[in-house]
Amino acid sequence: MQALYAQLLVGLINGSFYALLSLGLAVIFGMLNIINFAHGALYMMGAFVAYFLLNNDYLSIGYWPALIIAPIVVGIFGMILERTMLQWLTGLDHLYGLLLTFGIALIVQGVFQNYFGSSGLPYSIPDQLRGGMNLGFMFLPIYRAWVVIFSLVVCLATWFLIEKTRLGAYLRAATENPTLVRAFGINVPRMITLTYGLGVGLAALAGVLSAPINQVRPLMGADLIIVVFAVVVIGGMGSIMGSIITGFALGVIEGLTKYFYPEASNTVVFVLMVLVLLVKPTGLTGRAA
Amino acid sequence: MKTKSIASFLLTTALTFAAAGVASAQDKSVKIGALSDQSGLYADLGGPGSTLAAQMAVEDSGLAAKGWKIDIISGDHQNKPDIGTAIARQWFDVDKVDIIVDVPNSGVALAVNNVVKEKNGVYINSGAATSDLTNAQCSPNTVHWTYDTYMLAHTTGQALVKAGGDTWFFLTADYAFGAALERDTTAVITANGGKVVGGVKHPLNTPDFSSFLLQAQASKAKIIGLANAGGDTTNTIKQAAEFGIVKGGQKLAALLLFLTDVKAIGLETAQGLNFTETFYWDMNDQTRAFSKKFSEKMKNGAMPTMVQAGVYAGVRHYLKALEAMGGNPHDGVKVVEKMKSMPTEDELFGKGEIQPNGRTIHNAYLFEVKKPSESKGPWDFYKLVGTVPGDQAFTPLSESKCALLKK
Repeated sequence: MQALYAQLLVGLINGSFYALLSLGLAVIFGMLNIINFAHGALYMMGAFVAYFLLNNDYLSIGYWPALIIAPIVVGIFGMILERTMLQWLTGLDHLYGLLLTFGIALIVQGVFQNYFGSSGLPYSIPDQLRGGMNLGFMFLPIYRAWVVIFSLVVCLATWFLIEKTRLGAYLRAATENPTLVRAFGINVPRMITLTYGLGVGLAALAGVLSAPINQVRPLMGADLIIVVFAVVVIGGMGSIMGSIITGFALGVIEGLTKYFYPEASNTVVFVLMVLVLLVKPTGLTGRAA
Repeated sequence: MKTKSIASFLLTTALTFAAAGVASAQDKSVKIGALSDQSGLYADLGGPGSTLAAQMAVEDSGLAAKGWKIDIISGDHQNKPDIGTAIARQWFDVDKVDIIVDVPNSGVALAVNNVVKEKNGVYINSGAATSDLTNAQCSPNTVHWTYDTYMLAHTTGQALVKAGGDTWFFLTADYAFGAALERDTTAVITANGGKVVGGVKHPLNTPDFSSFLLQAQASKAKIIGLANAGGDTTNTIKQAAEFGIVKGGQKLAALLLFLTDVKAIGLETAQGLNFTETFYWDMNDQTRAFSKKFSEKMKNGAMPTMVQAGVYAGVRHYLKALEAMGGNPHDGVKVVEKMKSMPTEDELFGKGEIQPNGRTIHNAYLFEVKKPSESKGPWDFYKLVGTVPGDQAFTPLSESKCALLKK
């Protein structure tokens, strides 16, 4: 029974990565109508930026500032992508965005792999978050506890920003009827660019959070992105709260599978996706288009 | 008498011409296919570095100056047996490849083994670990160069059991390699009076090991055996440190660890790990000279792993055998027989031999990862703990199940 609690907690920790990443995807899909396949590559870039900040002879910027700097740097890269490439796809079928972002992901990963190899670079846990607590039923590394709490706060703050603030209201209105919103004197294209930047920043933030736990590797995003897409599909494309809740829930389900039948742990998410789509094709919280 | 001498003159001339004709038919063009994981979790330990090692072997053989034409092509099997065999078939059928080298990933390696046998090519495997390549699935076309699961089990595994690690829990990669390594190590553990108390099989290329590590922790086994490789091993070791596994009194046994893995984990986390390799760049002047040359040619300046060194040594020995035969590389069985008949000797692995089952025998070394304070440079990672002579490290012929031995 104790082991079961431990697996639940570990699942929650992985779920927080799924939630952060699928949140960014949901924001981008909800607001821009783009299926952002480059999300995994941008997550990876977040981790690499953190690595460079720390290991540059002149900068030596550690984990805490990297939590802010890396998402901004990668977010700016994302905004350049949006301005130079993605904006031309407005109004076209989803498929074009998917193909373009998938291509971007392959190029970015290929470039990183070419320079840094595939086995990855080391990034240590920040001193303040080392060690762990003995909870009785398991040893909980402090860093992992921090990841859960921090990503929960970020997820809720993003949800609040989009669903409950005036800015969020403009944003939602702009996706429904851009012409009308423009008539109110609001610069819709700029808003869209900033939204893409925000979504990308969330991916990069997850990358920084992940760097001390996983290896900083060019393919770290590629391995994760398919699972995260499954999370978004199960949660309902574009639904902010849906992706947060599903992210955490699937982390837990995956953790339990690792306990009861580890061989299936890489596929359980997709089995669930099939089941959900059979019963409710719009996903758990999605609305019919 | 006169007619007889004219006849004998004509006969001799004819024979001379015939012999010259045979000599000119000595085919001195060779095509080498370096088949590896070029982009996945084993790309750094084999991959482009293995192709480079094969190229260096060709250059160092000096055969080009003697009029030989040796080409190298490379391919990416993506860790998928179907892709690996498709490439191998195309190489033999269309590209007229004579020899396939490297092929890490035991699943792919065993599949390619069958293709090479069917096409009567030569197969020098350096990257794969499964001991089945020279055991139950041995082939007259195959030489297994660098290491195998039997060797890993009988060096690292045995040393740890003898040092008191008598209860084990396995974290095993769920494919041919993991199964072979767990099987061979379990045999060593039980033979030495130890016990396997549990284990978990994880899918290849798993990013998060925390669930599995918790199970290992709960098992209270003295040793947690890692029957995985590459990115899976580095993630396990890194996350085990996070969960305080070693501090809690359990010991990690990285049954297979490569130089590039240690680089990826960083000395701070990897220090103190014990494991076995058959090659390390900093062993002697010859290995250092080779490695320096290799590193200068690698894009990221990496030092060679034992897999890449094995590709070099294997190709060198292959070319030596071809030279001794005077050419004609297209009959794989014949070439491998020649390779087996010659003792192996090169700058990287020293003296050795290829057994009738295709297993190359050379020394194996027990290493320990240095502390960060002991390391003097970016690739200065290992301390030599012990040397196991080849005949003790690898499967004795009496235990081999290879059909080639039953003559």
